[in-house]
Amino acid sequence: MEAPFLSGSAAGEKQVGYAMENKPIVTCAGDQNLFTSVYPTLSQQLPREPMEWRRSYGRAPKMIHLESNFVQFKEELLPKEGNKALLTFPFLHIYWTECCDTEVYKATAKDDITKWQNILKVHSSADWLIVVVESEAKKKNKTNILPRTSIVDKIRNDFCNKQSDRCVVLSDPLKDSSRSQESWNAFLTKLRTLLLMSFTKNLGKFEDDMRTLREKRTDPGWSFCDYFMVQEELAFVFEMLQQFEDALVQYDELDALFSQYVVNFGAGDGANWLSSFCQPVRSWDGLVLRKPIDMEKRDLIQKREATLLDLRSYLFSRQCTLLIFLQRPWEVAHRALQLLHNCIQELKLLEVVVPLGALDCWVFLSCLEVLQRIEGCCERTQIEANLSHMVGLWSYATEKLKSLGYLCGLVSENAPNSEDLNKTVDLLAGLGAERPETASTAQSPYKKLKEALSSVEAFEKHYLDLSHSTIEMYTSIGRIRSAKLVGKDLAEFYMRKKDPQKAETYLQEALKTYLVEGWALPIAHTRKQLAECQKQLGQTENYLQTSSLLAGDTHLTEEERRHFCQEILKLSNQQMGNQGNKVFLALDSLAQLKNLHFEPPTAVVHVGGTLSVEVTLWSRMPVAVCVDQISLNVHFNIEKNSYRKTAEWLTKHKTSNGIISFQSEVLGLALSRQTMPAVELYEMHERNPADSSLTTSGVICKNTHMLLRWQESSTFLETPTPLSLDNNANTLKRSSVTLQPGLNTVTFSIQAKEAGTYTLRQLAASVGSLQFMLAHIYPLVQYDVYSQEPQLKVQPLTGSLLAGIPQKVKFTVTTGHYTIKNGDTLQLSNADSMPIVQPTGVTATIYSNSQEKYLQSTLTIQSSEKVTSIVLPLAPAYHVIEFELEVICHLPTATAEGVGLVNGEVPKSRDWQRSESCMTTSDQKISIDCPWSIYSTIVVLTFSIPFKAEHTLLSSGRRKYIQVCVQNLSDLRFQLLDNSLRDTCDCVDLQLVPLNASLQQYIYSKQSVFFVWELVWTKERPLTLQCCFSVTFCPVSLEEQFASLKPYNYEFQVDHIFSLYSVKADIFPPLGAEYCQTGSLCSLEVSIMRLSELLEVDKDEALMESNGYCTTKLLYEVVDNSSNWAVCGKSSGVISMPVAARATHKVHMEVMPLFAGCLPFPDIRLFKYLPHHSAHSLQLDADSWIENDNVSVDKNLDEQADNNSIKSRGSIHSSSSSDQKGLPMPRLQAFSSAQVFNSSTSMQILVIPNKDDRVLEVNVT
Amino acid sequence: MAVCVAVIAKENYPLYIRSIPTENELKFHYTVHTSLDVVDEKISAMGKALVDQRELYLGLLYPTEDYKVYGYVTNSKVKFVMVVDSSNTALRDNEIRSMFRKLHNSYTDVMCNPFYNPGDPIQSRAFDNMVTSMMMQVC
Repeated sequence: MEAPFLSGSAAGEKQVGYAMENKPIVTCAGDQNLFTSVYPTLSQQLPREPMEWRRSYGRAPKMIHLESNFVQFKEELLPKEGNKALLTFPFLHIYWTECCDTEVYKATAKDDITKWQNILKVHSSADWLIVVVESEAKKKNKTNILPRTSIVDKIRNDFCNKQSDRCVVLSDPLKDSSRSQESWNAFLTKLRTLLLMSFTKNLGKFEDDMRTLREKRTDPGWSFCDYFMVQEELAFVFEMLQQFEDALVQYDELDALFSQYVVNFGAGDGANWLSSFCQPVRSWDGLVLRKPIDMEKRDLIQKREATLLDLRSYLFSRQCTLLIFLQRPWEVAHRALQLLHNCIQELKLLEVVVPLGALDCWVFLSCLEVLQRIEGCCERTQIEANLSHMVGLWSYATEKLKSLGYLCGLVSENAPNSEDLNKTVDLLAGLGAERPETASTAQSPYKKLKEALSSVEAFEKHYLDLSHSTIEMYTSIGRIRSAKLVGKDLAEFYMRKKDPQKAETYLQEALKTYLVEGWALPIAHTRKQLAECQKQLGQTENYLQTSSLLAGDTHLTEEERRHFCQEILKLSNQQMGNQGNKVFLALDSLAQLKNLHFEPPTAVVHVGGTLSVEVTLWSRMPVAVCVDQISLNVHFNIEKNSYRKTAEWLTKHKTSNGIISFQSEVLGLALSRQTMPAVELYEMHERNPADSSLTTSGVICKNTHMLLRWQESSTFLETPTPLSLDNNANTLKRSSVTLQPGLNTVTFSIQAKEAGTYTLRQLAASVGSLQFMLAHIYPLVQYDVYSQEPQLKVQPLTGSLLAGIPQKVKFTVTTGHYTIKNGDTLQLSNADSMPIVQPTGVTATIYSNSQEKYLQSTLTIQSSEKVTSIVLPLAPAYHVIEFELEVICHLPTATAEGVGLVNGEVPKSRDWQRSESCMTTSDQKISIDCPWSIYSTIVVLTFSIPFKAEHTLLSSGRRKYIQVCVQNLSDLRFQLLDNSLRDTCDCVDLQLVPLNASLQQYIYSKQSVFFVWELVWTKERPLTLQCCFSVTFCPVSLEEQFASLKPYNYEFQVDHIFSLYSVKADIFPPLGAEYCQTGSLCSLEVSIMRLSELLEVDKDEALMESNGYCTTKLLYEVVDNSSNWAVCGKSSGVISMPVAARATHKVHMEVMPLFAGCLPFPDIRLFKYLPHHSAHSLQLDADSWIENDNVSVDKNLDEQADNNSIKSRGSIHSSSSSDQKGLPMPRLQAFSSAQVFNSSTSMQILVIPNKDDRVLEVNVT
Repeated sequence: MAVCVAVIAKENYPLYIRSIPTENELKFHYTVHTSLDVVDEKISAMGKALVDQRELYLGLLYPTEDYKVYGYVTNSKVKFVMVVDSSNTALRDNEIRSMFRKLHNSYTDVMCNPFYNPGDPIQSRAFDNMVTSMMMQVC
């Protein structure tokens, strides 16, 4: 600044024009020259350091850089009473003096100061400061100087009554010395402090006044405009002090206050002053943001002549200015949008008369003004990063321009008519003249609007510019939906301009968006527009496609749908006339496939059979549509896996009811709902064909093609899939079908020809030249045609067949492709052991393929000796004949095995397999000749034998008994009758006396029955006996029926019938004792008696003959396996036994009981002792060697360890040493059980405990 | 009060949308659909914040000349959009919040219904009544 002072006149005027250059005013009085010399330093130094400004009302303290506007003191500057102006308010008054001479001081300075002070006092201004400048130079010149302090003291004394800080000394201000610097600092600090004090005081006072004024707002005379001016004054000051935030708060408060009044007005609480804002809108020139203060509008407000838009515009322009100072341009954009919306609402609320289109102009201009203002203060990159804040304004402007265009008839092919032109002129008139500040700008909002409204072409250019940039912006920030909506507006515009070509792309894009997200209403609406567009473009196919979708869209009115339906029908006929070309459309738009129903439900039919498919379609059309033809295309495939075609498969895989339902999709919703189609998983097992063991198992996703296709892209959405008719496939057709709205059923009938799998591929409906196609039927629908070889199956009716009693066998003839003719028979070449019972009155049932009963007829069965022929009833192909026959498998005669047979020879039958726990089974083979085959069918039936018999020879002394045990192995209960045992040799002198109680007996499942006969002989005793046991049986439940059953026979042979020796043992207590006692030796007497004379049996190596007496060698052995006895001394020995009746041999030995109680006698065993002949022993056959091996070895050892009596207590188990194998050794031969009669078997003797025995052994198991 | 209430599935298709007056239905559909842009924007901006401290209420999505559009998103990304008449100055943020909470509660009830298949359009009468009450309620 060149001149330190503003000219007096300038300072006196209100100079709010450039508020931001305003600084708080400080007046300077006294020595002007002095001040001028100090001024440059002062104005430079003052703002250098910030000062903390403590605020009232709890507001946060702020650091503030102070600047001042120093003006020459004039009385006029001082505010008069009641003047609210703050900007022109002098906050501090400074008196500058250089006086250092007391005389001078007294003469002039004092008076001058007094005068200055008086003026201040009159205006009650207490903010002043007296500066005394000292300089060394002056001091030196003057001789009669007082000490400098004295002048300052004098001044302080004279003026600073108790306020000594109001007088400051500034030493040598122009010198560059530390002293001078120090004094400057002190001075500046003081100056700042005083300035702030003044601010606080004066602003505080101002705010108080302002508040008081605000409180009076309910007074009738209160005016918002006046108050506005007052509060704005405060805002100006804050702005002046660079406190933009505080300044903004003032405006925001005003904004809120005004808004509240408007809202209250809406609620019926109107204030008088509001009426001035309710005047009709006459000017709509938009916001003006290029000037810091719009003085024109401010004046209007001051004059209470402002309209609502004026006030709002002014308020916003101030807010905008401050926000830009605060570097918050995005908030400007944000607030601007709010303001524009708000203004429109407020105008409505206040019921202000607004000419049509005026607000559109205002908003349009304002939007552009705000945008240009922001663009003017921000960098390009910054703007690009914050497009989201701006795009709202762009879009709003576009919208408004569009409505202006429509209003003024600019959106059409033709030029606007006169009425439109009049409107345009009116609207332009409201804009007024362009403001001077934008006049030079080429792209000013004003120019743009004016140009846009000037002609159709210009409008189009501007509108397209705006729209495109809005779309671009939306797209770049990812607001695709908004972009598409603007695009739709554009499309509408193009349609109005009769340019459907351009409109189509926008509509298609928008439609795609809505389809992806499934918004039904927008879809319907956009499609309607698209249909119109396509119609104009002459895209018949697309138009038909869209129309068909629209006709089926329930979101349209019935009337609209009917219209589109008519369009389709009309076009279908037209097209017919043109060419033979067919137009393919998606079937979904016409009708939806709901379900398919096969009859028979299994969807499997044999060759030559008929199958019907019932197709249920849901017609979407609003009216009945006559369809020329509905066709179902079928793909034929010869399946290699023929299993699926067999009748067996049918029975195992019965589908629920043959109905295949298709996913019902709501059109429109379909796409978004399908975004994730459900994963369809199936189990998969792969078995080894050889042994059917599992080799692989897994899970298969059956609809991967659906899932994967989905992720590709969404491009396929509206692009119709290339529909084509598969011509080479088989086609099922139905002509002239009328589809009523809603559910329709169409039935197709199929005559099965070739075996294989047929897949339903496509469904098509043709209407005139239109072909509605369902290109893929999903899920897969198939039916099978099969051909089958005739088959015969023979199965037991029950789980297993029992031999001996009649059993039912089921015959199943699956005719397959063979038709049973008259005279066709089954020839059964039956085995003798399995005759067929009851060959009359057998009923055969014929079933159709689907398990339904077809016919029942009686079978004729002719039996000859070898062949049974069954005459089959007449039956068509692919039927099943079932009948049951009763067969009986005769029980073979059972023979005894092993037991009691000499030489251990067991006769083994081939057919009979014996298993321990189960019944023996018998396989019966039948060979059957079938009429359809030249080969015989061999059927094997397995029968189980229910019984098992065993025999035993029992003896009592010399008397002999035969016991037969019959065991029932089956689950049935039998009755046994007429048991008998006879000697097959028919010995006359032998008698079998039955000892059995009754003739009739029951044998329960898994139980046994015993029969006993006594063997009585008169003369010669037979060596062996051939017996045959026979018993008649019948199942208990069916007694009568089976009266004629064959008896069960059991043949067996008994050898060694007669007793040779009798063995008797006796134990005697020690002499003198009454009972045996544990631990004491008792004597055991074994007497062996020969019962018979010399017999054939005795004639062997052991027999020795001398002097006519025959003796044989026997080995006896006392064995106590239960460890009750201790045998003392020899437990075994060889005796020579005379072969004569009644010959007796007694052996004595000592035994000691080891326990007390009734002890069983030790076992006494008897063996035939065969002496060793070296030659013979080597020739022993393996069997006998093995049989005797154990014993012989044992005995050998026993003899070696003869003295060791203890050894005999336990069983003799020791492994034979191999070296003895070659040695000649005696052999032992056991007697058969009947040959030795042990009369002391199971005898017991009482043993009393030893008195000393205190050991009590308790075994707990 | 509210002139349009919409429930939008995670995949952005409408589960429920109702507006009064009905003749402007289409316009509201477009408005709600467009508002999803801002919802998406806000959700992705919120994604950076801690998940559990997330605010479900999205605030004013965007104002238009006549309407204000508010948004709310549940934890399962189901969006609620409510359109309110701009002239209805009595509706403050707090009222909107409480309306959304009510809506959310009612929606939760719908979801709890074992016969409701999540993702299907909402046809619950209770929900409908609740929305009606929100539209009718005079403030």
